[in-house]
Amino acid sequence: MIPDLHGFGAALLAGTWITIQLALASLALGLVLGLLGALAKTSPYPFFRWLGGTYSTIVRGVPELLWVLLIYFGTVNMVRVLGESLGIERLALSPFAAGTIALGLCFGAYATEVFRGALLAIPKGHREAGLALGLGKRRIFWRLILPQMWRIALPGLGNLFMILMKDTALVSVIGLEEVMRTSQIAVTASKEPFTFFLVAALIYLCLTIVAMTGMYFLERRAGRGFSRSAT
Amino acid sequence: MSWELLIKWLPDFLEGAWLTLQLVGVSVIAGLLFALPLGIARASRHPLVRALPYGYIFFFRGTPLLVQLFLVYYGLAQFEVIRQSFLWTYLRDPYWCAVITMTMHTAAYIAEILRGAIQSVPQGEVEAARALGMSRSQTLWHILLPRAARIGLPAYSNEVILMLKASALASTITLLELTGMARKVAARTYMYEEMFLVAGVIYLIIAFALMQGFKQLERWLRVDACQGR
Repeated sequence: MIPDLHGFGAALLAGTWITIQLALASLALGLVLGLLGALAKTSPYPFFRWLGGTYSTIVRGVPELLWVLLIYFGTVNMVRVLGESLGIERLALSPFAAGTIALGLCFGAYATEVFRGALLAIPKGHREAGLALGLGKRRIFWRLILPQMWRIALPGLGNLFMILMKDTALVSVIGLEEVMRTSQIAVTASKEPFTFFLVAALIYLCLTIVAMTGMYFLERRAGRGFSRSAT
Repeated sequence: MSWELLIKWLPDFLEGAWLTLQLVGVSVIAGLLFALPLGIARASRHPLVRALPYGYIFFFRGTPLLVQLFLVYYGLAQFEVIRQSFLWTYLRDPYWCAVITMTMHTAAYIAEILRGAIQSVPQGEVEAARALGMSRSQTLWHILLPRAARIGLPAYSNEVILMLKASALASTITLLELTGMARKVAARTYMYEEMFLVAGVIYLIIAFALMQGFKQLERWLRVDACQGR
């Protein structure tokens, strides 16, 4: 029951590739933002705590679609002024860049909470043990805290990634030719909206299944030494 | 941005916010009613009853809401049968398409919340009810569901906030809710930053009000008193 794709199969595949790239780029940005946000929220300095809290509250309270629009249309003037000061004519954010920033921002706000929970779940004694061994603050974080946080944060981050992957569809609104936009183009040509949007839905389902499988293996790897089957 | 401009366009924004509230309100309440049988089936002991709603839930949780909206609003017009039927009066209206799609979408999520809540009701309470001579349906209505409602309420309030944000997608099928209105006003005034920021602030206010409302509801239902086990 393979539907007639009117020769749009290759375009849809290319769109899928863009969707994957967008999801991974936003994931990378979002992980960095989330880690910074969690560090800020657990910082001893009130200013950083305020900054982290404000970031995660405001970004989580506003729709993702509005962030995509705000960053794409709302920063036109700002980016142009920035470009002029750097001597670049007509500097502008591409839909891909705007989408990555918007989705990364949203992912980071939720990831802040996930990472914060993981950070707080690590026993205080581990940090103290590091100090007793004479490790520096930075090494304690990279070598002791972060690898342990990873295991605790992974299920939460996996859920967020599934949401992120579906949110990539929103970037079609600003014209990035990912799965959704490509199917819209195919619809205008073929006049078969149901067929092509259903195909788009199936592509997203496949991506979700792949991500779920990947998460299963990542979680199993991160949980080695902890899961019952490993002992 | 000047205050005069804000005051000039504020009625439009409020109109958009009202439509947003309608979409969210109808879909989360209708979605809850629709999710009840799904969630109860998902918590069933029979594998077949459990498996039936799973396909529905998997589809609606695994695909973006935008795709689902387009499938209903643009997609269904592909079929002559639907365009000839009485349903067409509703399905050609973007408002009903948004309400129907959002309801079906949120029902899938609420069903999973319900399943989790039903399964986390301590088994002993169910056994106690059965030992007192309550029938299965009595146990469900008087013990299981009231307990599950309190366990699931915090997750349900999260889902309502998520639907508030998801309702912004209705602007893509030409509805002038808050985001749609912001796009319209921004295109009129060429003030994209300002108008989107105004919409963002209104969303924040609505989200804050909803959270306070649910906090009151939790207090009224004495949710925290039920947590001690």
